[in-house]
Amino acid sequence: MSDATADPRFKRTAPRRPLKLSWSDERVRSIFWQVLVVGILVAIIWWLVANTQRNLEVRRIATGWGFLQREAGLPIAEHLIDYSPTDNYLRALMVGVLNTLKVAVVGIILATIIGTLIGIARLSKNWLVSKIAGIYVEVIRDLPLLLQLLFWYTILQGLPGPRQALNPVDGVFLSNRGLLLPWIQWEGAHTAALLAALVGFVLTWMYGDLMRAKQMQDGQPRRVWPVGLLLILGGPIAVWALLGAPFKPDVPSLQGFNFRGGMLMSPEYFALLVGLVTYTAGFIAEIVRAGIQSVQHGQWEAAQALGLKPGVVLKQIVLPQALRVIVPPMTSQYLNITKNSSLAVAIGYQDIVSIANTTLNQTGQAIEGIAIIMAVYLSISLSISLFMNWYNAKIALVER
Amino acid sequence: MPSDTTLTPATIPAPPVESRRAPISVVGPVAWMRANLFSGWLSTAITLALGYLIITRLISFVDWAFINAIWSVPVNATNQPDTSACRAARGVGACWAVVTEKHRFILFGTYPFEEHWRPALACVIFVALYIVSAMRRFWRKELALIWIAALTAIGVLMWGGVLGMPFVPQERWGGLPITLILSTFGLAFAFPLAIMVALGRRSRMPAIKAICVLYVELIRGVPLISLLFMASVMFPLFLPEGMNIDKLLRAQIAIILFAGAYLAEVVRAGLQALPKGQYEAADALGLSYWNKTGFIILPQALRMVIPPLVNTFIGFFKDTSLVLIIGIFDLLTAGKTAIVEPAWQGFGVEVYITIGLIYFVFCFAMSKYSQGLETELNQHRRR
Repeated sequence: MSDATADPRFKRTAPRRPLKLSWSDERVRSIFWQVLVVGILVAIIWWLVANTQRNLEVRRIATGWGFLQREAGLPIAEHLIDYSPTDNYLRALMVGVLNTLKVAVVGIILATIIGTLIGIARLSKNWLVSKIAGIYVEVIRDLPLLLQLLFWYTILQGLPGPRQALNPVDGVFLSNRGLLLPWIQWEGAHTAALLAALVGFVLTWMYGDLMRAKQMQDGQPRRVWPVGLLLILGGPIAVWALLGAPFKPDVPSLQGFNFRGGMLMSPEYFALLVGLVTYTAGFIAEIVRAGIQSVQHGQWEAAQALGLKPGVVLKQIVLPQALRVIVPPMTSQYLNITKNSSLAVAIGYQDIVSIANTTLNQTGQAIEGIAIIMAVYLSISLSISLFMNWYNAKIALVER
Repeated sequence: MPSDTTLTPATIPAPPVESRRAPISVVGPVAWMRANLFSGWLSTAITLALGYLIITRLISFVDWAFINAIWSVPVNATNQPDTSACRAARGVGACWAVVTEKHRFILFGTYPFEEHWRPALACVIFVALYIVSAMRRFWRKELALIWIAALTAIGVLMWGGVLGMPFVPQERWGGLPITLILSTFGLAFAFPLAIMVALGRRSRMPAIKAICVLYVELIRGVPLISLLFMASVMFPLFLPEGMNIDKLLRAQIAIILFAGAYLAEVVRAGLQALPKGQYEAADALGLSYWNKTGFIILPQALRMVIPPLVNTFIGFFKDTSLVLIIGIFDLLTAGKTAIVEPAWQGFGVEVYITIGLIYFVFCFAMSKYSQGLETELNQHRRR
């Protein structure tokens, strides 16, 4: 340990010893071991590559990425972008990536909300509430996710057909064709309004930063929410109204043997989402509970003694401290949801794994197929990690 | 003086008073309920609503699972199970007959029927091995010997071919033994690998450190399924012609590589949590790297991370079920296959509940054990 002490008086570095070609010199041994390990690794990889090349030749398997431009011919039930079986493999794989993202993003949002609620429920003073939350967490975490997915999928498949569909609320149908929700007919004005809301959000953020900077100067707290409300809600509504305020509700209704209209969640997507969310919520609940418990009770009391309101105590004192404990493990849960969404292949939801798997079965190009799967997940994982690391650095304790 | 002879009231010894019980509103079940269930109008409302929901759900569940359930079905003329009773009770009562009928298949897969005692005994040995490993009395070097002996015995039992037991090829194995084999062998091999990788990641040799970092981050960035696919479709391409490795072994290698990366991170956390003074003291004693690691660092570092290690073990025990996707016959696959038969189609819920119970028993035991161990190991930190 060369840098064992930080005392400035001991800044002198150890004298440089000449490299001695002897086993007793640590550097010689270190170089020897590294060369040995790298050598063995290179030899193994070389052997594997040579074998693979020979096998590919013998089995007449094509290599390269040319297949991406060929017609895929595989039907995909759910697609966010236009797709037909006559499109090429590249487009099919893109549909798969989008399907993965669709379940991962929605799953992350829902699991965070539900997990946080359950985590808070576990700390409830009401014995019944905390006990139920505890049992939920214990049971859900001790069952394999794949089993849960198959279970949900079986239940959804066992639901009655469209004609006897469950109809809990007007306009909502639950049948073995999936979950149908009322929606609106989407038009350009809605997209514009959504964009305006996004812009409003960013502007509110900037406005909040500005007001905080002013508060730092004169100590006067300023209200951010009226302006924020105007920007986030008022802006989009104005844009929507300017573009003619289109609003045509699209309520599903039974016609003949099937439904018309509405937004359909396929049983596969629904089962995957329910399974992922309930499973991950169990883990997130534990993280949230640990985070809240990590803030000592004295912090609450000290803040109250200063005369802060309960809402302010939670927002300014407790949450910033709890989040420091919560964010790192939460990141790995988000990564887990994304990776676990690959279990979709078991219940027939066509995510990237399922489509890449079909692709490699149809073309026989196993190496490229698996490389695509790995590349997609590595880039998603990396993006989530980068974002969460940035967020973590932002909320981290600023130390001297 | 008369006043001297008469005793003042203050000096009269008071008759002993019965110690009174604390009021019922402070101790006892009533007080407990007032504090924990009905502490305010909101709490009371939640308790009542939840209580109502739980009781009604519980009643309907008991109705479904026990009272209206069908436990066995008759066999019809063609020696096929007659499931019409189950079909009639659909939605009203559970059809446990599917489990009664198929339990041997779910537990042992396609293993020859008259030889089922062998995988059953193997499972018992596995469980005994877990219990022995969990007892702190056995935490010493001899435990490795016990493991080797037990795993050999299991191999002999499953394969047979000696001691008058007929040989059973790996393709016939299935059910619970496969789940236990995949997870136990997986951890037995992944753990040493993980220690080496964790040490390598903390090494001062840049090449070795880079290799370990690359391995861990690459494996942790991709889902287990992609590794299993790799094992099932890509691995055969890697081997020279004529050499073929069994599918189960390939999946086992994928699980070992996967578990190794995750366990390495847990072990590394332990290595990092160990105070620097321990490393320095070992260096000062002039111990060699392996002596330092083996005698000073690892015993303390591993001890610190036992609870997260057990949690990772639970994760892997559950994750072995993913081999279903590449068609290996583990417990979950056996269950899923059992309901493919037309007669039993549609009774998946009952089968999945049963399988879930088996998984739950194993995972719950491990998780309770981990919690107990955590409090036990942290006792010295409590005041």
